[in-house]
Amino acid sequence: MSVTTTIQVNGKSHSVAAEPDTPLLYILRNDLKLKGARFGCGLGQCGACTVLVDGKPVQSCDFPLSAAAGKAVTTIEGLAPDGKLHPLQQAFIDEQAAQCGYCVTGIIMAAKALLDTHSRPSDAEIRTALKGNLCRCGTHQRILRAIHRAAKEIAK
Amino acid sequence: MSQTPAPRKLPGNLNTNRRLDRWLKINRDGTVTAFPGKVEIGQGILTALAQIVAEELDVALERIRLAPADTTYSPDEGMTSGSQSITDGGAALRYAAAEARDLLLQRAAARLGVSLEQLSVADGVVKARSGGSVTYWEIATDDLLAREATGDIAPKPASLHTIIGSPAPRRDIPAKVSGAPIYVHDLDLPGMLHGRVARPPSYDARLAGLDEAEVRALPGVVAVVRDGSFLGVIAGREEQAIRALTRLKRIARWEESTVLPETPDPRFLLREVTEDQVISEKQDAAAGARAAKTLDAEYTRPYIAHASIGPSCAVARFDPDRCTVWTHSQGIFPLRRDLAGVLGVEENCITAIHMDGAGCYGHNGADDAALDAVLLARAVPGRPVRVQWTREDEFNWEPYGPAMVVKLKAGLDTQGNVVNWTEDIWSNSHSTRPNGLGGVNLLAAWHLARPHPPSPPRNPPLPGGGSHRNAIPIYEFPNERVTNRLVKRMPVRVSALRALGATANVFAIESFMDELAAAAGADPVEFRLRHLKDARARAVIETVAAKAGWRKGEKGDGARGRGIGFARYKNGACYVAVIVEIEAGNELSVRRAWAAIDAGLVINPDGIINQTEGGIIQTVSWALKEAVRYDRSRILTSNWDDYPILTFEESPQVEVTIVNRPELPPLGAGEGTQGPTAAAIANAIHNALGVRLRDMPFTRDRVLAALA
Ligand code: FES
Ligand code: FES
Repeated sequence: MSVTTTIQVNGKSHSVAAEPDTPLLYILRNDLKLKGARFGCGLGQCGACTVLVDGKPVQSCDFPLSAAAGKAVTTIEGLAPDGKLHPLQQAFIDEQAAQCGYCVTGIIMAAKALLDTHSRPSDAEIRTALKGNLCRCGTHQRILRAIHRAAKEIAK
Repeated sequence: MSQTPAPRKLPGNLNTNRRLDRWLKINRDGTVTAFPGKVEIGQGILTALAQIVAEELDVALERIRLAPADTTYSPDEGMTSGSQSITDGGAALRYAAAEARDLLLQRAAARLGVSLEQLSVADGVVKARSGGSVTYWEIATDDLLAREATGDIAPKPASLHTIIGSPAPRRDIPAKVSGAPIYVHDLDLPGMLHGRVARPPSYDARLAGLDEAEVRALPGVVAVVRDGSFLGVIAGREEQAIRALTRLKRIARWEESTVLPETPDPRFLLREVTEDQVISEKQDAAAGARAAKTLDAEYTRPYIAHASIGPSCAVARFDPDRCTVWTHSQGIFPLRRDLAGVLGVEENCITAIHMDGAGCYGHNGADDAALDAVLLARAVPGRPVRVQWTREDEFNWEPYGPAMVVKLKAGLDTQGNVVNWTEDIWSNSHSTRPNGLGGVNLLAAWHLARPHPPSPPRNPPLPGGGSHRNAIPIYEFPNERVTNRLVKRMPVRVSALRALGATANVFAIESFMDELAAAAGADPVEFRLRHLKDARARAVIETVAAKAGWRKGEKGDGARGRGIGFARYKNGACYVAVIVEIEAGNELSVRRAWAAIDAGLVINPDGIINQTEGGIIQTVSWALKEAVRYDRSRILTSNWDDYPILTFEESPQVEVTIVNRPELPPLGAGEGTQGPTAAAIANAIHNALGVRLRDMPFTRDRVLAALA
């Protein structure tokens, strides 16, 4: 049964009518038209759909709408609310850290959660934080460099 | 009767799309629109093409707009594949832009009343030496480029380049990091519905029974589409389509048959009927008689999945007189031909529009998803239908890179020179893309009540080659016989995967070169140089050896070791040499890689480095981990747990050096690393542990078995 659920996304409150077990990913993409979280597997295996819920990275394809009720959801679109890029986004551009780019938004969100708690993570810490994210194009090294760069930038 | 003379040959794809205004438009607002038929697949091609146009026209890079590929107006450039985009598409734009500049200058000369020699151009502003100036934007009119290209205006020499050869930031990256809706997956049209296809459980399964009524009654379901064994569902909301799909899969009854090979070992190919062709033969009886030692070995590669991170997707809409499809196909024109075949309409009733997808690395499910969307949209005229393949659809149904077997045999003389070389390769064809050869190469077409049989596969001919790509060694051997044994039966669906046959062929040749070097008591780097005359080949090997600090005869220590691999891609494109360092601890890992690449004139150095790094890391994943699994009736690879790929924790550090040759033509560079990297890893394992792995992937179990 479709019910109306209220969720906070990027600081704004939205009411959506859908079945409570609908994965958050489809609510974000189809109801709120926030396409930055990508569908990669729908199985919680690849991280393309990563968003933050109360600051923690979750795989939104595997996270029911009902669980998001009353929590603060942040998507990639919420990182640059006024169009000014987040240091992570800027660092990905500076390091040219994308090929197809499909994995990148999920990775930036996972990195954001990391940098929010570890301001200068080691290489190993970054790699561990990205355990749940896959990149098929082989952009790994650039992505690691970009995250280090952003950490340095934020620390300034 | 007199015959019209054949039109003269024009550079690149200008030859088949001869009008200048097919390629370029000079706009009055101070911009230039280029119309490439090649598409962005994450390889940065559009940035490189924009650089070419800006360079030849003498305008700033920021002024270049690139029109998305669309069958309505784009030049038909066939497929974006095989690292051909810079050589074919780039050449066309390069010559077209050089000629457009010339036409603009003629017009400017007339306007300013001076001769051509008196003019100079900077960023579209044409100045006469005597004073007076005019801009491209003032003098360009639509008729300016409404003519056939002559190909007579030579592009700039490398010495005058200011934009080509300098790193240009990729144009697509800002939108990609911002989360903008740029992929076809993100297309959201008014009134759009969501479709899913309930694919059969196995290749030849037939739909035997289904009670559709219970699915039709599910919330949001708009239609169940059934045509033979093609079964799909359309719903208002995406999650409703997914629920309906799950139900369909549960209640549909299928008849299955046993069609898959009896073993996952690629050696089943050796028992198949083949069509044999000797592709290289050299004879020198005197040299052959000097053979003092003979070695032979057999190498294999399994079926490898493209495994795009984003499963295929397409959107289609039927209007009264037209079908429009949005797709991440690598070839919108060939796709349109096959779609027209299925629908039984003229090609020009279909518009195919390209949008970005996730990286594809060859022929994945993109084209198939386009037909799925079209078949579902046909059931709801006027409503756009978006079909998103599931992870399982992509893994089960994409056409894999073919399994291969390569057998090698060689003789060494007492000085350690190779005097005989015999090579036999077994493989299916490497392209079953839509090709317009009579049938339809789209998955759903084979499942319809009135099925369309597939077109015959195409094994791209030499010199580029398909299964036999890079099968002919680049080394100088006095006796040589290379036989391509093309396996016709195709029990597993296969097609083009990045580098085609070059991966297995180079893996085999370069592994065997190390085996021969060891037998000759020679250093692997020196042994290769000993058999190579080509100066560019020698240069990349010497460069990578220097960068990696390769020590002659260096030995691994039982845990770590290094190895080298080299090839000239397609024997005619870029030269790549790779050295890797592996570590065998609990798991086998590649820690570092060094590469040297010579791709002739480099348009965008950072683009080449990005592609080379990515190619190496992807190949590390193939070589250490990947093989599609199946039993006699079903593909057993359905998700990332079944098919692990390299993770962030496992990815190596990569250093790429470009050997720049600005005076030489640009060479395709997107696929040169696969073979050399796979071989370098096998060679490094041998260097570290003293065991030779000849079957990809080099899993922990295989290493342990070899050590036992
Ligand atoms: S799409 Fe959510 S983890 Fe893959
Ligand atoms: S950049 Fe393509 S999957 Fe990561």
